[in-house]
Amino acid sequence: MKPQTMLDKLWARHVVVEERGDAPAVLYIDLHLVHEVTSPQAFSVLDEQGRKVHRPDRTIATLDHSTPTLPANDKGELPYATPEAKQQVETLIRNCETHGIQLYGLGDPHRGIVHVIGPELGATQPGMTIVCGDSHTSTHGAFGALAFGIGTTEVGHVLATQCVLQRKPKSMRVTFDGELSPGVGAKDMALAMIAKVGADGGQGYAIEFAGDAVRALSMEGRMTLCNMSIEAGARSGMVAPDDKTIAFLEGRERAPTGDGWKRAVDDWLSLPTDEGAVFDKEVRLEAAAITPMVTYGVSPDAAAPVSSKVPEISGEVARIAADYMQVHGGMAFSDIRVDRVFIGSCTNSRLSDLREAAHVFAGRKVSKGVIALVVPGSEEIKRAAEAEGLDKVFLSAGAEWREPGCSMCIAMNGDKGAPGELVVSTSNRNFMGRQGKGVRTVLASPATAAASAVEGRIADPRPYLEERKMANVV
Amino acid sequence: MSFEPFSKLRSRTIVLAQANIDTDQIIPARFLTTTTRKGLGGSAFYDWRFDDNGRAKNASVFNGVNPETYRILVAGSNFGCGSSREHAPWALSDFGFRAVVSSDIADIFKSNALKNGLLPVEVDDEMHNFLLEHPGADVLIDLEEEVIAVLGGGRSAPFSVEPFARRCLLDGVDPLGHLLNQSAAIEAYEKERA
Repeated sequence: MKPQTMLDKLWARHVVVEERGDAPAVLYIDLHLVHEVTSPQAFSVLDEQGRKVHRPDRTIATLDHSTPTLPANDKGELPYATPEAKQQVETLIRNCETHGIQLYGLGDPHRGIVHVIGPELGATQPGMTIVCGDSHTSTHGAFGALAFGIGTTEVGHVLATQCVLQRKPKSMRVTFDGELSPGVGAKDMALAMIAKVGADGGQGYAIEFAGDAVRALSMEGRMTLCNMSIEAGARSGMVAPDDKTIAFLEGRERAPTGDGWKRAVDDWLSLPTDEGAVFDKEVRLEAAAITPMVTYGVSPDAAAPVSSKVPEISGEVARIAADYMQVHGGMAFSDIRVDRVFIGSCTNSRLSDLREAAHVFAGRKVSKGVIALVVPGSEEIKRAAEAEGLDKVFLSAGAEWREPGCSMCIAMNGDKGAPGELVVSTSNRNFMGRQGKGVRTVLASPATAAASAVEGRIADPRPYLEERKMANVV
Repeated sequence: MSFEPFSKLRSRTIVLAQANIDTDQIIPARFLTTTTRKGLGGSAFYDWRFDDNGRAKNASVFNGVNPETYRILVAGSNFGCGSSREHAPWALSDFGFRAVVSSDIADIFKSNALKNGLLPVEVDDEMHNFLLEHPGADVLIDLEEEVIAVLGGGRSAPFSVEPFARRCLLDGVDPLGHLLNQSAAIEAYEKERA
């Protein structure tokens, strides 16, 4: 048999009706994740047509985008940004009740960012197809799943039939050879990859991340890397399951148990790409050559090493971006002043990210005039971080420690920067106005964001990471 | 869901030449708290069209434009990158656009647009550059023939749309019907896997 890629295997398992010239494949979806922003109109169509959710047992909902990250007041009222935000939250609660969908809602110990709680619950598993009305669904590919974002009309399709109409994407392998240097992480790998292939370099492809440096990443790191696939235009990114994947999932609430677990593990280990399988496109990066990265434009592919200078600006597009960002070619990143720092989002809000930031913050202060916001990805992460005392590290440094949610990544819950402010952010998009009207976003790793908060300027985190061991933090 | 069938469209163009116009530009996230798909045209490219006081920006290409006349948006490459928000095509359609032309259009946006009667047209660089350089061009898009032509200029170029989506657009129907027709196959699949 012809050697197969992991994409081939995942695809073949889920085809209900084969693709033809005049029709896409009917692809079965194992897990549908739902949140409040992209679902109301899908439920409305379902209700108007008098349909039921076909598989509520394969559907999980949470509240993350419009939810406040400040706690409720004395009367138990949450400080919603607008009445519409509150209405949107209430709409999902109602829709889940009507259709029998499990909602990890307000007050639930498992609530959190949709792409954080899927893996946390063990709902995200190797071999699955996973969709959500959210482009960062690619995150779940870290477990060896085919996971991609869909629009609201397709959310309706999945609710009604548990299937989507899709043509098979082309395959692209991004290999990171060798070992990362100290102080360099998955976020830096992602930004280096996007800078290399461009913001549309992965368009039409499903990416598989491979190579020694990917195998060496923790599951959290793999999620960060897969999360950013869409910033290169690829709807999905994936990493082959291995011992780390299995160790991460074992014992989680929705993971298989008993004999089912053993069968699942055997099955999962059959998923990796066969030796000799051919990809439509191959990209290689040398891990050791990657250093901490930051962005300087308004597209994630405008990324460069933090220790370097802003590249020379050429062309109309780059000039508009440079004007917006108030940067010029040859400017040292360390000369760029920082107003705000955001540590959070489905890209970098997991426990390992918070530890990395705390490592830098421990015994230091956020620079005068800088506002630093740390937003854990889920209730579970919040509890775990507090159990380690990370919250105290952030608070002692002068940073804010908030309730879980998407927060300043999409800035639709009231958490945002002021016009003209420069925000160093561990999120995924530096688009104009993404973090508030007129806000200038610089994407970076948690360590780089924390170091920048401490210095009040964009800073290389490596000196902070080398001089201290994690044991001293807590 | 259904929408006005799309066959031929003749209109003038509005040009936004920038590459990588993302969905946060098309509709900023603060407008996403809606629970309906209607009335989002007012929010389309809001921060490009209006200043901090909500007054129309003088420099905006949308200024004084009658959406009835300008139903084709020509944009730089990688149009619609970023989030999966279907609010982006909803906003563009509600504003009055019926087609978006670029050299390449981001996957999720393209998929969403096709389901809402907004035709994504990907053309070669030569046609793309011509359209970028000629805002207001009188353009005819023929979906049946998959050809885009600049009227009075003798210039035309082919484009292709995924055949199934094209059929749905020509008929003005949501593909849900097709999926629902596969229910027997879906049930058989579920049984076999259980």
